[in-house]
Amino acid sequence: MNTMVPAVNVEALKDTTLLNMGIFALFVAVTMVIVFRASRNNKTAADYYAAGRSFTGSQNGTAIAGDYLSAASFLGITGAIAINGYDGFLYSIGFLVAWLVALLLVAELLRNTGKFTMADVLSFRLRQRPVRIAAALSTLAVCFFYLLAQMAGAGSLISLLLGISDWGGQALVIIVVGALMIMYVLIGGMKGTTWVQIIKAILLIAGAAVMTAMVLAIYGFNVSSLLGSAAEAANNPAVLNPGLQYGKTETSKLDFMSLGLALVLGTAALPHVLMRFYTVPTAKEARKSVVWAIWLIGLFYLFTLVLGYGAAALVGAETIKSAPGGVNSAAPLLAFHLGGPLLLGFISAVAFATILAVVAGLTITAAASFAHDIYANVISKGKADADTEVKVARRTVVVIGVLAILGGIFANGQNVAFLVALAFAVAASANLPTIVYSLFWKKFTTQGAVWSMYGGLAAAILLITFSPVVSGAKTSMIPGANFALFPLSNPGIVSIPLAFFLGWLGTVLDKRREDPVKQAEMEVRSLTGVGAEKAVDH
Amino acid sequence: MGNEAQPQDATASVDFQEVQQTERFKTLRKRHRSFVFPMAVVFLLWYFAYVLLAAYAVDFMSTKVWGNINVGLILGLLQFVTTFGITAWYVSYSNRKLDPIAAEIRNEIEGHEFDKDGNVISGVKK
Repeated sequence: MNTMVPAVNVEALKDTTLLNMGIFALFVAVTMVIVFRASRNNKTAADYYAAGRSFTGSQNGTAIAGDYLSAASFLGITGAIAINGYDGFLYSIGFLVAWLVALLLVAELLRNTGKFTMADVLSFRLRQRPVRIAAALSTLAVCFFYLLAQMAGAGSLISLLLGISDWGGQALVIIVVGALMIMYVLIGGMKGTTWVQIIKAILLIAGAAVMTAMVLAIYGFNVSSLLGSAAEAANNPAVLNPGLQYGKTETSKLDFMSLGLALVLGTAALPHVLMRFYTVPTAKEARKSVVWAIWLIGLFYLFTLVLGYGAAALVGAETIKSAPGGVNSAAPLLAFHLGGPLLLGFISAVAFATILAVVAGLTITAAASFAHDIYANVISKGKADADTEVKVARRTVVVIGVLAILGGIFANGQNVAFLVALAFAVAASANLPTIVYSLFWKKFTTQGAVWSMYGGLAAAILLITFSPVVSGAKTSMIPGANFALFPLSNPGIVSIPLAFFLGWLGTVLDKRREDPVKQAEMEVRSLTGVGAEKAVDH
Repeated sequence: MGNEAQPQDATASVDFQEVQQTERFKTLRKRHRSFVFPMAVVFLLWYFAYVLLAAYAVDFMSTKVWGNINVGLILGLLQFVTTFGITAWYVSYSNRKLDPIAAEIRNEIEGHEFDKDGNVISGVKK
């Protein structure tokens, strides 16, 4: 290996389409067999939603990494570092540090008090109906935004990795990916979904590790000369410094603060992450899950640092920007440069598997929330038996799957990258204040929870609607119109403090007091694990 | 009421308010909060200090320290180090200070023997 390898020929990528598809088909075949085997024991609701609570901490931690490291993380962050240098790295740090909130404040206490969904914990000692409905709505909103972002991203991935650039062909691939996802979730439930995420996480991290080692080997394992070569290739020493992307104006700096706040506080309140903590038998295993997730995710972001600068040095920012898929093509192009068609095929297949695994996790979370929170506890007022509930959940999976496919087809080509950031902002605004208050603040009341959740949700969505990502700028979703009253693209810096404030205000103005017996029960259970849901013994 | 979080059989008769008032539980709560709250404040301040530096102190962050490695990169990597460090510290703190006392209280309430991983050794298995 040497640095004199000619620049990557993007045209040559099309010849590898069949290989990419073959490796992806192999992944699908292997995971399908595992999902079928895992689904044999799916009998009860705890089996379907929480995999019988039978995964170990290390398995669940790997699955969390698989769920969290979406295509946006892998392709997006590598690309961001390749193009914008340091600021891409800055972005990934928020994604990692956020896990400390989950570790210290949320994971174990949630595992001890809840059963299947986030709403179980939030409504534990408050009035069931209003809190459950609010929690379920914000769960569905977060899942919807996240899901749409993943499916819309599939389009550009297809044009890059499979060389299919016409709209109909891309739609067909989106339908196939969506149908596969529905099958996994329908048959395998949480167990099947978890295995898909575990396998994908291992492939992704192993693939990134191999590429990182190859890049470092080219530079004699000297990070400084890798950085120097990246700066030289970019013809701009500033790629090593902060500010290239977020430091342009005072507004963009403030915007990054806002994003950072949403990333750090949103992660521990993402419903699909929270639901993963119910798949282990005890709070101690939930803690182990987060520890594993932190190590794997941290390691992975260190790899992306090397891969991003490696792509800048070896492929070049201009080649990346002009390739189909743009910024997202940095990692695949680097793979092609390093290991030819075979490594590209592997990385492409992993990227598809990533979409599949993340979408599956979101779908089962949304379906569980609808069936368990809205159908079982609100519509049928707790009278539905577990079998009916699971039946409703399975039907919801199909509905959500079809919606995701349609969303993916029609959002294809739209600029919807802001949706991932919006999902984090909604989670941090609508969910986190209520999670923290109900776990740690004795006086917290139903009115506080409802004000905080609806206030946070509405503020985040309204601010985004009136921000430059929707209108008023060249890169907006609707570039022709201008109703951008709010200058920032990330609502977090306003909506998160607002939701915390509303939770406090709603509580102090509430004339009703909550049941102190329930508060005592929740506090004792959350810290000791008394009466926590046990693993299903088959 | 449709409360999904109804206590299970073993805990149906427990007076949780009484447990909440015991010295042992108060110790557990205090130990937990006196670790997680200050730690959460520290890592959030450290993270936002880093982000503020990256946004408003570009020249400082761009100072080369060794070869092409600058202050920004070192501080960024230190964020990884502190995240891993706090994680390891919390795990060791929980194993020593939180788990044993939580297991004691749980044992007493549920009336079963638990090992320190929280798995049922004997007693009723569901």
